[in-house]
Amino acid sequence: MNLHAQAFSIFLVLAPAALAQDAAPTPAPAPELPQDVSARSLALEIAGAFTNDGYRIRDGFWPGLAEPGRPQFLEVNLFSGNEYWFSAAATAPARKVGISIFSEDGKPVEYLAFNDGAKAAAGFEPDFSGRYLLRFELLEGEKAPFCVVYSYK
Amino acid sequence: MRFNPPMDKRAICLVVAVAFGAATTARPQNRTLTEAEISSASRLDALTIPTPGEFFAAMDAAGRPAWSQFVRSGSPATADSRARIALILGTLVADGYVAVEAQDGQAVKNIGKEIIALAKKLNVNQSVLGRAGSINDFAENSDWNALREELEATQNEVKLDMAEQKDDRLVTLVSIGAWIRGIELVSGIVAAAYTPEGAKLLRQPAIADYLVDQIDALPAATREDPLVAKIREGLKTTGALVADPVPGAEQVQQLHSLMKALEDAIAKDTDTP
Repeated sequence: MNLHAQAFSIFLVLAPAALAQDAAPTPAPAPELPQDVSARSLALEIAGAFTNDGYRIRDGFWPGLAEPGRPQFLEVNLFSGNEYWFSAAATAPARKVGISIFSEDGKPVEYLAFNDGAKAAAGFEPDFSGRYLLRFELLEGEKAPFCVVYSYK
Repeated sequence: MRFNPPMDKRAICLVVAVAFGAATTARPQNRTLTEAEISSASRLDALTIPTPGEFFAAMDAAGRPAWSQFVRSGSPATADSRARIALILGTLVADGYVAVEAQDGQAVKNIGKEIIALAKKLNVNQSVLGRAGSINDFAENSDWNALREELEATQNEVKLDMAEQKDDRLVTLVSIGAWIRGIELVSGIVAAAYTPEGAKLLRQPAIADYLVDQIDALPAATREDPLVAKIREGLKTTGALVADPVPGAEQVQQLHSLMKALEDAIAKDTDTP
């Protein structure tokens, strides 16, 4: 299954939650979890949608504190021949986040983007192995914990 | 890029995306990053360095090797220095992934035992030791995906425990051991039957640079250990060998010879008194 089809599958998995959220007159109170753990759970929820397509979620994760106007970057080393999804989430008061991918010299690369409020994902198949940069940014909302998890196949 | 989905899938995708307030695009508009942004990038051991499993998955995509030829048997050499134990532990983690790729359950169990035995020598906590049971169970059930995850989790837990014991230097050495063994294996496979697809996977200069930086940040006593110093020199040379987008056959052969020498130095303790 190619990355577009996989993107479709994550919409199907995440859609019920998104619709339920839109329909509710007042949001249910958030569970009382430490916020960084909560951000990781949300990111894993997105990444989990890819596991049925054979993606493996790496055990490590990128946690941090998202701030408006201050994008953050992570260096990753990717292999041509593998397919990747990077799934990101932030907790309230973050409202919208983005994750994007750049080559080692900082040029934007072609990737698939998924955005749903404070959750986002980027899918990528590198033509060349080597260093790439992930950019995580808070697009709307206030300072909040975020987490990025990494899947590959 | 290979994003060539049939139009119907793309259309469905966009319709569903719009319906759910999400969006996908094949070419998001982004400006080029500034030098300051590039240099501000974080590097995390747990994500910046690919696992051997990730490396071997890419190798499978380029042409699945006969992994069973590369399963290592026998116990690793004994070692007294904690630095050398950590390096050997890293090479064993890579060997564990090879055994998983070869779907050799007995080898996975044996390597799991060796990993745990070495971890004990480094005084890691009981929770890590408990993973031996999980590795055995997954190997018994031929659950190869779970074994890949368990090997990564075991490696990360050992590293976390080392960091908690204020022994961060050993974390670096475990990563280096795993990386050297992985590159030695894959460069050997590519050198024996060169293909550009296989050679592309060896382009990892940033990892070599990262590992050199990590060695440079070690305490002087560890950094000046003859084995660690030899590895540092080897990694410096590696960067130049794997800088081209598609390393040539000669570069791959040189890389393999270099990695083999480093791996032998770790295994045979040829440089430490």
